[in-house]
Amino acid sequence: MEHYHMNLTLKVWKQKNKNEKGRFETYQVKNISSEMSFLEMFDVLNEQLVAENKEPIAFDHDCREGICGMCSMYINGRAHGPWHHTTTCQLHMREYKDGDTIVVEPWRANSFPVIKDLVVDRQAFDRIIQAGGYVSVNTGNAVDANAIPIEKHDADESFASAACIGCGACVAACPNASAMLFVSAKVSHLSLLPQGDPERKTRAMNMIHQMDKEGFGSCTNIGACEAECPKGISLENIARLNREYLGAMFDGGSQNAI
Amino acid sequence: MALNSKIPAGSLEEKWEKYKSTCKLVNPANKRQLEIIVIGTGLAGASAAASLGELGYKVKTFCFQDSPRRAHSIAAQGGINAAKNYQNDGDSTFRLFYDTVKGGDYRSREANVYRLASVSANIIDQCVAQGVPFAREYGGLLSNRSFGGTQVQRTFYAAGQTGQQLLIGAYQALERQVALGNVTQYSRHEMLEVVMIDGKARGVIVRNLVTGELERHFGHAVLLCSGGYGNVFYLSTNAMGSNVTAAWKAHKKGAYFGNPCFTQIHPTCIPVSGDHQSKLTLMSESLRNDGRIWVPKKQGDNRKPNDIPEEERDYYLERRYPAFGNLVPRDVASRAAKERCDAGYGVGASKQAVYLDYASAIQRYGKIEVSKQGIENADAATITKLGKEVVKEKYGNLFEMYEKITGENPYEVPMRIYPAVHYTMGGLWVDYELQTTVPGLYALGEANFSDHGANRLGASALMQGLADGYFVIPYTLGNNLADDIRTKAIPTDHPAFVEAENNVRDRINKLMSIKGTESVESFHKRLGKIMWDKCGMARNAQGLKEAIEEIKALRKEFWSNVRIPGDVNEFNPELDKANRVADFLELGELMCMDALNRNESCGGHFREEYQTEEGEAQRQDDQYMYVSAWEYKGDSNFELHKEELIYDVVHPTQRSYK
Repeated sequence: MEHYHMNLTLKVWKQKNKNEKGRFETYQVKNISSEMSFLEMFDVLNEQLVAENKEPIAFDHDCREGICGMCSMYINGRAHGPWHHTTTCQLHMREYKDGDTIVVEPWRANSFPVIKDLVVDRQAFDRIIQAGGYVSVNTGNAVDANAIPIEKHDADESFASAACIGCGACVAACPNASAMLFVSAKVSHLSLLPQGDPERKTRAMNMIHQMDKEGFGSCTNIGACEAECPKGISLENIARLNREYLGAMFDGGSQNAI
Repeated sequence: MALNSKIPAGSLEEKWEKYKSTCKLVNPANKRQLEIIVIGTGLAGASAAASLGELGYKVKTFCFQDSPRRAHSIAAQGGINAAKNYQNDGDSTFRLFYDTVKGGDYRSREANVYRLASVSANIIDQCVAQGVPFAREYGGLLSNRSFGGTQVQRTFYAAGQTGQQLLIGAYQALERQVALGNVTQYSRHEMLEVVMIDGKARGVIVRNLVTGELERHFGHAVLLCSGGYGNVFYLSTNAMGSNVTAAWKAHKKGAYFGNPCFTQIHPTCIPVSGDHQSKLTLMSESLRNDGRIWVPKKQGDNRKPNDIPEEERDYYLERRYPAFGNLVPRDVASRAAKERCDAGYGVGASKQAVYLDYASAIQRYGKIEVSKQGIENADAATITKLGKEVVKEKYGNLFEMYEKITGENPYEVPMRIYPAVHYTMGGLWVDYELQTTVPGLYALGEANFSDHGANRLGASALMQGLADGYFVIPYTLGNNLADDIRTKAIPTDHPAFVEAENNVRDRINKLMSIKGTESVESFHKRLGKIMWDKCGMARNAQGLKEAIEEIKALRKEFWSNVRIPGDVNEFNPELDKANRVADFLELGELMCMDALNRNESCGGHFREEYQTEEGEAQRQDDQYMYVSAWEYKGDSNFELHKEELIYDVVHPTQRSYK
């Protein structure tokens, strides 16, 4: 692979805190290597800002391996940027060429208030999990792991749903800021397994209830969530969630719901 | 203070069983009055907090990330060991124990390791019950694979995302306790001080990273589950935020630091591509199951890998270690790669890399598929195509990650790999109950030193984190808290809280008032370079002495010239980082002192002066069969205490993987 260097113009959202209004600021970065990750390019910019005695840009990041779900930039109108199945931290600068302008915004959704610049508050996701995204089994209660065989196909499907990293790109990509892909991935992960079966009805009801309470929008089957999901979580999960939800309603699962 | 490891009497097999049936208990009504603080929400912290919440304790958790689910346990790829012997290949609790003690080069505590091995099977049961989607065979039963340093298949996995799935399991158990009101969760909070009252840890001072406010929290006990300190090297496979701060504050309050120099350098990471690099990415050790590691037989060979014929390749691990081949332990594999590169056989632009090649695995799997599918007279293209499909199913996500980072397709071209800092076996010294030398202060998971000796075997970190959190601390904490049931919650206007908070505030103000010219990042990079060059994969007395002086000088420079933009009372990642780097600048010195003190090579600690004729680590059991436990006495002043290691069951020998 050919390596090269580039100069770029960045238009980045700056916002002091959740109460103040934000605005775009323009920055120039020079001599960026095509081998850098997108966040390493931001490191260069921030070092430059510190050297100029200016305040660096706040952004969320941690593992930089595409698995923790912390990074969250909206790049040129796309959650996590242009690469398919890729988080911002795994996007690399060989995507860009000399002279490009890149616009970077935070996740935009009422349920994800901005903390500062590109950093948003995603605790609504934790609260949705608290509403039922688990199997109620205390430590020490488990039977032998091989006591219940699970069809490989079901286990694989469950794993594919469990691969969600909770980054919130689905919400950011959705014009309605719906969290259906996130919620449906968790409901699918657990309801596809025999361990998750006993609580499947209350789980679906309670998690949806909490999702609505957090102010996420409704799903209108646009599919932007699936297209932008860095982990390839499929829309099938939403169909499954709808079935779970309807099943729970008709079965009187709502009686057990909060 | 004499170290008391509190190892129960009795035979190895009896110790933990006996402990569990005789330890003191706390009744449910009293548990509700006892408050526990848990710092860090990775596998150790989340599993401990969830289990203690289930028991009825009042728990508070703190993590610096925006959610407990982000903790760096999530990045563990390959798997988790357990002595289930589902494969009928001769595994047992004893064999897992033995492999771990041997893999650790005889520098771990037998009793702890045996307990770890004996609860390993319960961990898998617990995780499956929580809904962790481990890989399964067509019959519906769990699948296993091999890992380095073992000859059985005991590793359970979920593709290359095992850590993620286990952490989500623990996180969900934790969130359930939050919903039930047993646990209160604080995200974007960083612990900056331990509060001591009457010689016991009774709380913490934390900083709310969003508002910058300092908060006081009381606890009858404090559990540090804050992970390892590999980021002292700047470049490592740790997450950007991973740090030593919580453990270091505890150390300065009297918790001894155990074996600080024991660092694991992982052999299969993506090599450094330039000065801009912010972190290194691991390629799971599971890749060594099927991949073959080689360098050209000719020095400075610049041909493309696929142009180098088979007979001109040196599969040096298979050559040097025929019994274990590419599956030797990590320390051995890392040193062997460094040896080849230093001798001029390295590959890639930097020449600091070796090849990890999947070509023969693709052919092997392709032929199996052809035969499975009954294809007659299959041509080479079909075999290759089918082989790639199998490799994709096993390692697809890792191959994709490699391609994203390097822009090269590993199905076609061998991957380039090089060792990188990955894990720290050292950590806070703890006794058998996971209690540090500070009463009421515990350390779990990677934050403690206890189970891996001088080198950790693959797929054992997840095992240890969950063993400590799910199955050890619920017993050992109760045993100690049983004596504390009459202690009422101490109000946080107690003078000790006030003083601790003032100390934290003074330090932050001091940092902010420096207003120098050099960024925090730049100091961190400079520290990392000293550590990697002089306290990395190979160390010698001369280099370590130099490093100690260089670190002292760098620390002085930091405290007079660091520049931290922004304000104290706001979201300020530069200030967060400065707090962490300031602590790394003290820890680095202690690591070098420890490495200098240990005049032997063992596991990941390789002193060039102490090697066998074949270049293997040479232990000095007559002099160094002990845990180094360092007591903080003031700036650059640490006192060494020794915990002698007694091997009743295993007989230490020169490790051989040949």
